[in-house]
Amino acid sequence: MATFTLPKNSTITKGKHFPAPAGAKNVRAFKIYRWDPDSGENPRTDTYDIDLDQCGPMVLDALIKIKNEVDSTLTFRRSCREGICGSCSMNIDGLNTLACLKPIEDVKAEVRIHPLPHMPVVKDLVPDLSQIYAQLRSVEPWLKADTPPPPDGERLQSKEERAKLDGLWECILCFCCSTACPSYWWNGDRYLGPAVLLQAYRWIADSRDEHTGDRLDALEDPFKLYRCHTIMNCTRTCPKGLNPAQAIGDIKKMLAERVV
Amino acid sequence: MEQTTRATTLRTPLGRVRGSGSAKSGTHHWWMQRVTSLALLPLTVWFIAILATSAGMTHLEAMAWIGHPVNAVLLLALIGLTFHHTASGLQVVLEDYAKPEWVKITSILAVKAVCALLALAAALAVLRLAV
Repeated sequence: MATFTLPKNSTITKGKHFPAPAGAKNVRAFKIYRWDPDSGENPRTDTYDIDLDQCGPMVLDALIKIKNEVDSTLTFRRSCREGICGSCSMNIDGLNTLACLKPIEDVKAEVRIHPLPHMPVVKDLVPDLSQIYAQLRSVEPWLKADTPPPPDGERLQSKEERAKLDGLWECILCFCCSTACPSYWWNGDRYLGPAVLLQAYRWIADSRDEHTGDRLDALEDPFKLYRCHTIMNCTRTCPKGLNPAQAIGDIKKMLAERVV
Repeated sequence: MEQTTRATTLRTPLGRVRGSGSAKSGTHHWWMQRVTSLALLPLTVWFIAILATSAGMTHLEAMAWIGHPVNAVLLLALIGLTFHHTASGLQVVLEDYAKPEWVKITSILAVKAVCALLALAAALAVLRLAV
């Protein structure tokens, strides 16, 4: 059955407390999940009191400040700090989002930060994404066409055809949605999850692609696709405001249309 | 399918994810869930309305009502669709949560058997009064 309790070695213990420097007036507590595979210890929650007057506005600013000034062992992924690389996806205040797009002010009390839920943890806030990357690779997210492109230019699309890709191409593969999906938690070994299905639909919906039928064939599966029960956590959590549930619904509609 | 944990396999992630490929099915199941629920909407409203308005019926009147061809056909449709819908809905729940694989398969077969037998029993009850 689905497991509802953590295994013994995953139970989170109380961690260290790093107080704010003396004289800080605008202090906010950051409670951050810590786990070091080399220590042999259980994960713990460390508390960092940060002076927000000396910190940038976003949660990622606080994480970088902690790593630079308080505790250099804190491990997390980050790169672009403007919501386009998808590296700093994590669970902040109970919702998966990008640390660089999440204003600290949006969190009312202490800022609780965990890695993306239900993924194996490499260290601290870094999840192991190798399976979900393989799932993305399995839907072959690139243009497949047998007709060669015109010798004098690129493959053309009408404005209406191009418009069908809006809301799909913006996905940055941060996997906030897939790791927010209970179906993906319980059956992630077989269910592809909202992020990968949105990517699959991005190529199904592309008028230049000539392998739509093969793509639909590859998705028509009780587990790969139909574990989606329109729970809608994916759409609720997407930091880019996209609607993966709609994309999955459109795949189901196309599959139904070709048999009904 | 055998559940293989990451620790016990050296197969690449892509190999594991591709696995045995797509089952090329599931659309019919998904579509029939929608179709049966649509069909059950009017039938269930009709059945509940009848139950609510025929509280004072005598035993003979009730038997005659069930035996009427139109009512009997609608009741049989209601029975068939209800148990079809129940079985396919429970199958989805079991596919979601039941593990390991043998528990999943056995419980899905058990649910289908129970639903089929209940549907047959209910249909027989209607037919005995109607035929």
